[in-house]
Amino acid sequence: MSTRLTALHGNHACALAAVAAGCRFFAGYPITPSSEIAEHLSYELPKVGGTFVQMEDEIASIAAVIGASLGGLRAMTATSGPGFSLMQENIGYGAMIEAPCVVIDVMRGGPSTGMPTRPAQGDIMQARFGSHGDRPVVALAPASVQEIYTETIRAFDLAEQLRTPVTVLYDQVIAQLLESVAVPEPATIHVHERKWANGAGAAFQPYAAGEDGVPAMVRPGDGHRVHTTGLTHAESGFPTQVPPVVDRMMRRLLGKIDIHAAMLERYETLMTDDADVLVVAYGITARAARRAVMVLRAEGLRVGLFRPITLWPFPEGPLRRLAGQARAVLVPEMNAGQLVLEIQRLVAGAAPVHPLGRIDGEPIAPDQIVAAVKELAVHA
Amino acid sequence: MLDVAPATPFDPKDYLRLQYMPHFMCPGCGHGIALRALLAAVHDCGIAKDDLAVVCGIGCSGRVGGYIDANTFHTTHGRPLAFATGLKLARPDLTVVVVTGDGDCLAIGGNHLIHAARRNLDLTCLMLNNEVYGMTGGQASPTTAATRLTSTTQSGAIEPTFDACALAAAAGAGFVGREVTRQAPALKTLIARALRHKGFSFVEVMSDCTEVYGRKNDLGEAPEMILSQKADMRPEQHNDAPNQPFRPNALPTGVFVERDLPEYGARLRAHAAMIRGDTAR
Repeated sequence: MSTRLTALHGNHACALAAVAAGCRFFAGYPITPSSEIAEHLSYELPKVGGTFVQMEDEIASIAAVIGASLGGLRAMTATSGPGFSLMQENIGYGAMIEAPCVVIDVMRGGPSTGMPTRPAQGDIMQARFGSHGDRPVVALAPASVQEIYTETIRAFDLAEQLRTPVTVLYDQVIAQLLESVAVPEPATIHVHERKWANGAGAAFQPYAAGEDGVPAMVRPGDGHRVHTTGLTHAESGFPTQVPPVVDRMMRRLLGKIDIHAAMLERYETLMTDDADVLVVAYGITARAARRAVMVLRAEGLRVGLFRPITLWPFPEGPLRRLAGQARAVLVPEMNAGQLVLEIQRLVAGAAPVHPLGRIDGEPIAPDQIVAAVKELAVHA
Repeated sequence: MLDVAPATPFDPKDYLRLQYMPHFMCPGCGHGIALRALLAAVHDCGIAKDDLAVVCGIGCSGRVGGYIDANTFHTTHGRPLAFATGLKLARPDLTVVVVTGDGDCLAIGGNHLIHAARRNLDLTCLMLNNEVYGMTGGQASPTTAATRLTSTTQSGAIEPTFDACALAAAAGAGFVGREVTRQAPALKTLIARALRHKGFSFVEVMSDCTEVYGRKNDLGEAPEMILSQKADMRPEQHNDAPNQPFRPNALPTGVFVERDLPEYGARLRAHAAMIRGDTAR
């Protein structure tokens, strides 16, 4: 792949990646530490014929993004914890009506206003369960500025293919980190085109899907004239409360994630083949964990790293396989223990799973992980 | 968009999803009159159904859109103006109409109303004001007049009300008007003017809720409620709050604001051209 090396801050990389992915609409509301994404896009989008609009709040921002998506554009918003909380209802609406869009959540210290300029990883479970009811969830967790670039593009690709909101979660550290990025040539960047409906007529069913579970989307003005509603709807698009129809529609909605599990799965491993201790970490914490693994290996301890890049749906199979070989699992994260709950569920007693939470607004340092691994006392 | 009415006569059946009739509005509800007036105005303006998008919020007003044979969107409570903003910016070729209610637009969605009016994007907003949260069983709304009985004001409402038209005008809307459902032809004409207006237009439609409001307040059945809109547009029977900004003895109708202001979408496109020009130099 032809690339060009350049130095970028994380949020700048996110904005440029969005444009490269074909994003042509951004609506947002200022919030630290994500505002640079909006700032860059306010200038970059008009240059390529796109639209930037600053809305009155985050609720309106995600609403406008979904409105633009329904109009046919690739669309995105960016925010941080408090704004992400405000967006939850409409993210659920987007999932329910199957509107592709991308939501960037740059995580800062919480709860409440918390620490706007400090990093955290406290929105992991909000990304998974933040909206009421059951809904399909896709969330990605880049760990470098380079990966912010590639995962933002992948977020658009997944959103368009699966017709669902996709969240990209990263923390304040990599949001404002300056790193070299290999920027691919535009011609080499590929985002799948949304599946468009072509078959206007009385019999058209806007929410009928084939084997891939993803219905084709209509474009207003193309003659379909369909109804879109957040009410539980039948294939016709109109509300229903008939139990077997509701069941069928909900299972299809949730099931499209399972159908595409192989496409969604993305993770990285480091020295896991013989690991007695498996460290599971994501985002900036995974980079501290990588350093810790190298230090511990140099001391002769068999330690490995499992790094989910797709956070939701979690790469369950690979994690189960590796954890099954380990004598202990350690989950460092910048919260009071969120992903560790999922790891404990998945490992299901095959090995003890230990949390390592940090909630003081500082990133987790390699030394902290080194010390925690040594304390596990499972080393032969 | 046509400046004069088309030669073909208006038939509401041409604009309705008849397969979903009968509709689910209560007997006597004014929303059906508002729906018919909207469709007639769409017809008068010569707007093709394929080019019409109707964006609704939640509540009784939110269910009006589903009956229209157009591109219809039933969104979340209070947010239809925000969804419509994204849709219209993405698709300036569409005529985007928002149908909302007094609770949807003035309570949970009040922030979006004032900013939509300020931004002046080319949207037409119909606020169907029945003075109550009908769908949830008749709770007080921001337009429930003082002393009215509702399920959350069982000894009479005590909060001041919003004058939605004054609010929209103060926030910068280019077109603001009010009409009652009793005057259906005038309502149609008003909506058609709003549709033709370039920029944000706001129309308050005084509707009636017979089932959970009229009955509770002894306002009679639908005919009595409609008739009471006549002479002075419903005088207050219990007007013991003379300084209320809304619902004095006479409720004015008609067009209150009609002014040419720079439309937001056009401004954005001009701004983008300027940025592209800067880049090229």
